[in-house]
Amino acid sequence: MNVLWLVALLVQLPSGDEVMRRVDENSFADTRIVVSRMIIHGRRDTRTVESQTWQRGTTDAFTEYLAPAREKGTKMLKLADNLWTYDPGTDRTILIAGSMLHQSLMGSDLSYEDMMEDPRLEHSYDATVSAADSIDGRRCWVVDLKAKVVGLAYETRRAWVDAERYVPLKEELYAKSGKLLKTVQLSDVQQLHGRWVPMHLLYRDVLKEGDGTEFVVVSEEFNTALPEYLLSKAALRK
Amino acid sequence: MIRFLLKGLLRDRSRSLLPVLVVMAGVTLTVILYAWLEGVESSVEQSTAHFSDGYMRVTTRAYAAEANPAANDLALLGVDTLLSGLRHDYPDVRWTPRITFGGLLDIPDAHGETRVQAPVAGLGVDLFTPGSVERTILPLGAALIRGRAPARRGEAVMSEELARRLGIAPGQVATVIGATMDGSMTFANFTIVGTVRFGVAPMDHGAIIADLADVQSALHMENSAGAILGFFPDDLYHENRADTIAARFNAARAEPGQFGPMMQTLRQASGLSGLMDYIAAFLDTLIAFFVFAMSIVLWNAGLMGSLRRYGEIGVRIAFGEDTGHVYRSMLVEAFAVGLVGSLLGTAIGLSAAYALQVHGFDMRPFLKNSSMVITDVLRARVTPGGAVIGFIPGLLATLLGAAISGVGIYRRQTSQLFKELEA
Repeated sequence: MNVLWLVALLVQLPSGDEVMRRVDENSFADTRIVVSRMIIHGRRDTRTVESQTWQRGTTDAFTEYLAPAREKGTKMLKLADNLWTYDPGTDRTILIAGSMLHQSLMGSDLSYEDMMEDPRLEHSYDATVSAADSIDGRRCWVVDLKAKVVGLAYETRRAWVDAERYVPLKEELYAKSGKLLKTVQLSDVQQLHGRWVPMHLLYRDVLKEGDGTEFVVVSEEFNTALPEYLLSKAALRK
Repeated sequence: MIRFLLKGLLRDRSRSLLPVLVVMAGVTLTVILYAWLEGVESSVEQSTAHFSDGYMRVTTRAYAAEANPAANDLALLGVDTLLSGLRHDYPDVRWTPRITFGGLLDIPDAHGETRVQAPVAGLGVDLFTPGSVERTILPLGAALIRGRAPARRGEAVMSEELARRLGIAPGQVATVIGATMDGSMTFANFTIVGTVRFGVAPMDHGAIIADLADVQSALHMENSAGAILGFFPDDLYHENRADTIAARFNAARAEPGQFGPMMQTLRQASGLSGLMDYIAAFLDTLIAFFVFAMSIVLWNAGLMGSLRRYGEIGVRIAFGEDTGHVYRSMLVEAFAVGLVGSLLGTAIGLSAAYALQVHGFDMRPFLKNSSMVITDVLRARVTPGGAVIGFIPGLLATLLGAAISGVGIYRRQTSQLFKELEA
């Protein structure tokens, strides 16, 4: 069956723009509230960091860390191209810019730069469907993405997009040199409020030792009204 | 006989003064260069030990394999137990834990917003434990330019150069943004109570020094440290002792895995072995060169002397003096010349070296952008070796010169002597 699918689709692949438009359509919401758990498998131990994120559109987000005790109360605010973090221990709000953006987020395989990405990939990348494939029995389009905006963390990416649900199931992220930097495996895809949502993501920074970082979605709400004050610098110190 | 030879030497200045001056000049240069290289080697060792690796360093195997000294995700755990074990097993060595870290120094304005930021290299050192070795290894009081040394938790000193660049005065609060042992971003406030200058370029470009406990707390490294450093009580590097201690420790602590502790000597940890070997090889080459060059000069002087003393030697042989005796007497003369030249050269060389030890040579113009942990005023070092080293080329060259030029004595034919003398 899969072989027939591959052969059939190799002769008639959809356009990359169309695939990415449908991916963004599935994932985009005016607002979303996500409670998540990040399980970081380091070289020496495994840590779990819990957080809640309030997101408005594609540009603004506010994250509060809930656990462990050491990280509790740390907040992050992203407004357009700016990212601030608030540390309750020092009562300081710091703008994360320049080389700090390359740093690991809470010691995970994600960087602050990853947080700054526009979640709508069609805004930043030109897409081409290069092949058909299958992952865990799901039929996928293999989409090659090439940056059309200067200064992105990843110059090219390759995404395996579920051909029916339009959810990426696997991604490879490359540097300008063509070197593979990170891989992401997305699984446990569930339907929430009419959208297909991967509830488990495994990030691996291939330049780092360790078993990667699991990102588990505990709950997710879409298009819920957010309090206006939340997405402001004043909210960081509250 | 020796008195007779010495009288001859003193009365004939061309046999004594010129060779003595040549030997003296060569020995002076040898002694100065030897003391200078000893000083440079010692400065490199001491600076590297004080600011970076100690004379011995205990880290995890993974940390030792890492080029980055701020790789605190690979730090030692259970430092208290390890430290007390080291102090018990090797009481002749002074052990101290250290944390090296990197990050950004963020200076807030009146509203708590970032006014200015700069990259900073940090050291967490044991400042407050009574009897801490750090008080002599990193004497903050002596390095102070403004303010005072930290007296309580939450205080730090930073390099004067960085403080001026950022416009920080003692008393201001600065936030260090770094990475925890887990790799998370972390923030720690320090009151900058003083500024320091160590005369070591990488430290003076941009460093902050705080108490170990503060740094442990900021980087989530309680009871952890990047390294435990060992210092000999005389603060000199004794390579054989360090090798023995490291081998003993490593044999006793052969725990598997990359996070087990291992000990390295300064040479191994710092990558200084190449430089040290280079200095030793340079010194050997230098001495060999002086022996060779002076031997040629003295051989020449000996040849000229033999020509001038052709008649004298002929008469001595004609009177029945054994050629071997004549030859040996010339060697004794050469020995006396070498000895006097070496004594004078060593005295002058050591005096000059001592002046270089006291005043030093300011290398700052050449070390502006250096990342080498080396003091920027290099000094010579007068050691017992310096008092001996000059005698090797001084005596060897004169003896060699006399031995080669004196070979002609054996070629004189007794039957021809009177003819030669008549002529």
